[in-house]
Amino acid sequence: MAKRLQLYTAGLAFALLLTGASFLVAQSQLLWGPGIPVGLAVLAIAQMGVHLVFFLQMSSGPDNANNSLALAFGVLIVTLVVGGTLWIMAHLDANMTPMRTLMEMSR
Amino acid sequence: MTATLTNARGSARAADASQVADPLTGGPATVEITVAYGFWIFLLSDIVMFSAVFAAYAVLSSRTAGGPSGQSLFDLRNVGIETLSLLFSSFTCGVAVLAAENRRMGTFYAGMALTFTLGAVFLGMEISEFARMIGAGAGPSRSAFLSAFFSLIGLHGAHITIGLLWLCFLVAQTLVKGPKPFVLRRLGCFSLFWHALDIVWVALLSLVYLMGAR
Repeated sequence: MAKRLQLYTAGLAFALLLTGASFLVAQSQLLWGPGIPVGLAVLAIAQMGVHLVFFLQMSSGPDNANNSLALAFGVLIVTLVVGGTLWIMAHLDANMTPMRTLMEMSR
Repeated sequence: MTATLTNARGSARAADASQVADPLTGGPATVEITVAYGFWIFLLSDIVMFSAVFAAYAVLSSRTAGGPSGQSLFDLRNVGIETLSLLFSSFTCGVAVLAAENRRMGTFYAGMALTFTLGAVFLGMEISEFARMIGAGAGPSRSAFLSAFFSLIGLHGAHITIGLLWLCFLVAQTLVKGPKPFVLRRLGCFSLFWHALDIVWVALLSLVYLMGAR
């Protein structure tokens, strides 16, 4: 019990640290302007990792192999859905007739 | 186990007579492990659903149709308090379930009460934020950006609402039945659910609020 309580406490400390860092990066000039979204994404992914390891307490133990595989599959699907949507929609947007031209054509 | 995905063999539980470990393969897995695995699959499918709404938001977030953008709508101080409530409630939830597994029922009930309170604080702030935005003419019908925003944040809020109801149900069940193995398994699933919602919130915080408020 003591070991798992330690994990929770360490996780809380890490999560607080990373959340604070996210707010700091978003609201200050510490990072170069165009790099801020990248910085926020990195901090968010780091915090998700902290939650998985310290709160959900995933490990590399044999009892946990299926959980890790399922997680890997989930990450694959989420990446395909989000990345694919953004990619396709950006291209569709770029290939569309601009709204102003469309309005003039319909007159 | 119950509270977490791993570490299943340590906690007290009644061994199921049908599950005698095979000395060669180590299987079959205990019911604690299979239940957590099944629930983990459900959670991942839930996260896949979130990712679809999330993708819609990412595409539509700049389509404000001349209406207000995130920069004028988001109040980062409120969002910060929401984030802290959810994070601490995730922590107290984990500690409470751990306490129940070790038969420290006083700590369990106190932890669950804290978890509920912090979750309710989060939900209350989110609802008042929605009310404030709708009152200011920035409701979900105003623009594609706001439709996507209300869908995404509302979906997370609906999960939190269900989680709070589930928490009450589980505490009542623990009061009536005591920390029996099947009650502990359910508590463990709830703990996984609550932690997963916190993971989803991390994504929402960073990509919706922190980037949107800039």
